[in-house]
Amino acid sequence: MKQHADLTERSPFPVKIILVTGILLSAVAFMNFTFRNELPDRQHDLVIDSTVNDTAVSVGEGLFVRDSVTSVKAFAEVYKVLMSPRCMNCHPAGEVPLQGDDSHLHTMLPKRGRDGKGLYAMKCANCHQPTNIAGLNKPPGHPEWHLPPANMKMVFEGRTADQLAKQLVNPKTNGNKNMQQLLAHADDGLVKAGWNPGEGRTLPPLSHEEFKKAWITWIKNGAYAPAAK
Amino acid sequence: MVQLTINKKSYNLDVDPDTPLLWVLRDIVGLVGTKYGCGVAQCGACVVHLNGEAVRSCVTKVSRAEGQKVMTIEGLSETNDHPLQKAWLELDVSQCGYCQAGQIMSAAVLLRENKKPTDQDINDAMAGNICRCGTYLRIREAIHLAASIQQKG
Repeated sequence: MKQHADLTERSPFPVKIILVTGILLSAVAFMNFTFRNELPDRQHDLVIDSTVNDTAVSVGEGLFVRDSVTSVKAFAEVYKVLMSPRCMNCHPAGEVPLQGDDSHLHTMLPKRGRDGKGLYAMKCANCHQPTNIAGLNKPPGHPEWHLPPANMKMVFEGRTADQLAKQLVNPKTNGNKNMQQLLAHADDGLVKAGWNPGEGRTLPPLSHEEFKKAWITWIKNGAYAPAAK
Repeated sequence: MVQLTINKKSYNLDVDPDTPLLWVLRDIVGLVGTKYGCGVAQCGACVVHLNGEAVRSCVTKVSRAEGQKVMTIEGLSETNDHPLQKAWLELDVSQCGYCQAGQIMSAAVLLRENKKPTDQDINDAMAGNICRCGTYLRIREAIHLAASIQQKG
């Protein structure tokens, strides 16, 4: 008996401390999971990869933080731009792109087609040239003029802010983009074409620089979706 | 100088690269089958094929066509017996005729990509070609007829 007591007293492992620490860590993990569900819903790899510490996570090359207030505030600005005609007109709910500052159905009713580039003699590039054509009512241009494809329509028209935010961060609905690609998308050629729309077309409500700043702020602070209304 | 291949013939033309292809075709090369209707890509009278696609030559700069293959209504068939041309004649589609070159060139792309188009397919393909004379019903019928002529070979 004395031998057993000697062994116990000399044990290098503080069993009780380890046990209590394990219970505490489990409780923290449980609480983290619970509070995460109460935050605005989001679906992206930030959450999955968040193992570094409580407030900062590292995804790929960038450093992201979780600041839902800053993120949602920035998204309000992003939403204004994405729902303006220069962006929304090529992200319609239906098969026909929208046109004009009043977002009416595009004259002559061209259709999306399977790849988003139109159909038959009504392909986008048949009229939309690689550059803008000067003059009122002439078609604006870009080398890659097209809609999202039929199998991933990336609709903006009719989306609420929370719906759009969730759609944008989900690779299954955003054109298979990860967070880094989403960040880079602000400088996509066709996106920037919205700020060079040709004569007679209203610019988006923010400059491209302001939009890009809001876009990055939204994403790098956690890409939170605002609460659904 | 701009090098163009038009209806399988090669041309070296001293034109401003920003000149709309329509005017190069009509005024320089002398192919007047393609018409000017609106100048803003909204009527379809100016449709020609650029590498087989139905572009609007009134807004297409000639520089875009450089080194590419252009086909006008004159080049659709060397013997003027394309199924569409046959169908158009058989059903007496044209009235004034002004829009018809563009109509046929657009329909040609449809029939190349869809051998048996439905009415909806015809709507989708031809909605950008307008006709002041209202020959739409005959255009539709002629496209169906051309499809069956094409199928019979």
